[in-house]
Amino acid sequence: MGIIVSLGAVLAIMVVAWIGGSISGLQPIFGVLVPYAAFAVFLVGFCRKVVDWAKSPVPFRIPTTAGQEVSLPWIKSAKLDNPSTTAGVIGRMFLEVFCFRSLFRNTRADLRSGYLYYSPSKWLWLFAIGFHYAFLIIALRHLRLFVHPIPGFVETLDAVDGMFQIGIPPIYLTDLLFVGAVTALLCRRLFLSKVRFISLPADYFPLFLLLGIGITGLLMRFVFRVDIVSVKQLANGLASLHPTVPDNIGSIFFVHVALVSTLFAYFPFSKLMHMGGVFMSPTRNLANTNRMERHENPWWTPPKFHTYAEYEDMYRDLMKEAGLPLERE
Amino acid sequence: MYDTGKVITGLVIFVGIFTFAFWYTAGTAAPRPEPKLDTPEIQKMAKKQCVEDTQFMITTHMQLLNKLRDQALRDGNRWYVNSKGEKVWISLQNTCLKCHSNKKDFCDKCHNYAGVDPYCWDCHIDPNRSEL
Repeated sequence: MGIIVSLGAVLAIMVVAWIGGSISGLQPIFGVLVPYAAFAVFLVGFCRKVVDWAKSPVPFRIPTTAGQEVSLPWIKSAKLDNPSTTAGVIGRMFLEVFCFRSLFRNTRADLRSGYLYYSPSKWLWLFAIGFHYAFLIIALRHLRLFVHPIPGFVETLDAVDGMFQIGIPPIYLTDLLFVGAVTALLCRRLFLSKVRFISLPADYFPLFLLLGIGITGLLMRFVFRVDIVSVKQLANGLASLHPTVPDNIGSIFFVHVALVSTLFAYFPFSKLMHMGGVFMSPTRNLANTNRMERHENPWWTPPKFHTYAEYEDMYRDLMKEAGLPLERE
Repeated sequence: MYDTGKVITGLVIFVGIFTFAFWYTAGTAAPRPEPKLDTPEIQKMAKKQCVEDTQFMITTHMQLLNKLRDQALRDGNRWYVNSKGEKVWISLQNTCLKCHSNKKDFCDKCHNYAGVDPYCWDCHIDPNRSEL
């Protein structure tokens, strides 16, 4: 069900953009208005979400660790998995952000002839890291269409990415990696019954969206050719805040742009916010100093005590009259 | 908000990276390149027409050139029959560059603009260039 809904949503966006992109009067909407609006929603939504998270107090370090914490000097501690210093936290964050260490620790449990075995399972990590780095490089390569003069690092990435010079225009390695990895991640949700059981439309939708972006990009490059100079004129116009919509850009381009715009606009409200969330994870970005330092609850205010001495002071006369024993006369 | 300094620093970095194209462009779009078609050879032509129609050549010339390269060098067939049935001798330096003798004002214009670095010139030279 979730699969049909999310696939249907992505296809609907594509059809609307295809029709809209083929009507020249609507091209400024799909080429300029929608991308600007989506990008604004992305930036504002992202910042609001992060600020919202930052407003939640984290009174106590949450040591979901995979290693020995610092204890007695003769017990070896895990400096990266259970850091007690800022340097250790930076190391842990680096591994998490750049190497996806949490996914690398993935294990699978299965029964083999009556015994429970835990074994490492790296597939999820492999597809995830492949997809993320491919997406990063593809996004950076796209800068060649947005800015002029083109920065040197973008040209270098372009040359290295197409270094095998297969076909004209050359096939980018990251394009293959991107589509392959997203397909693998989608297949994981479709064909592994345990993962499929816990998958929601919010899980399928981004995958279909990314696959749609990748496929329309490849189609534009290899099958339904578009005039790259016009594409750059539009993109460069967007970046310079002087947007123009040149003629003769094929509808396929507007489908690609609509899907990317959807990704931007959808981003702050979805699981994709793990991009900001990974930096905000209390289980990753706080040193485990629970036993070394006193961590005070930030909303702690001393309660109002009413001691027995004060109580006695309040009712002294009445108590005396009733003949009750008093601690202080 | 807790850790305001760190969070705001992070968000400023985030916005800075994602708006790179905006502040790098600084409000000025590069002018659209107009490849020049006024070479002597083209001026002499009665009907100014490339081997295929203009829109096709704009978007798909690289795929056509690649196809013709394979046809000429791998299959040994140097005659290209275009969509109008005309026969054209396949040769980058003697056919294509005969009319488009202005590589700097023709090929390079759009290629530089779009950041494309075709490997034509790994093997070919521009026959009209003055220095070697």
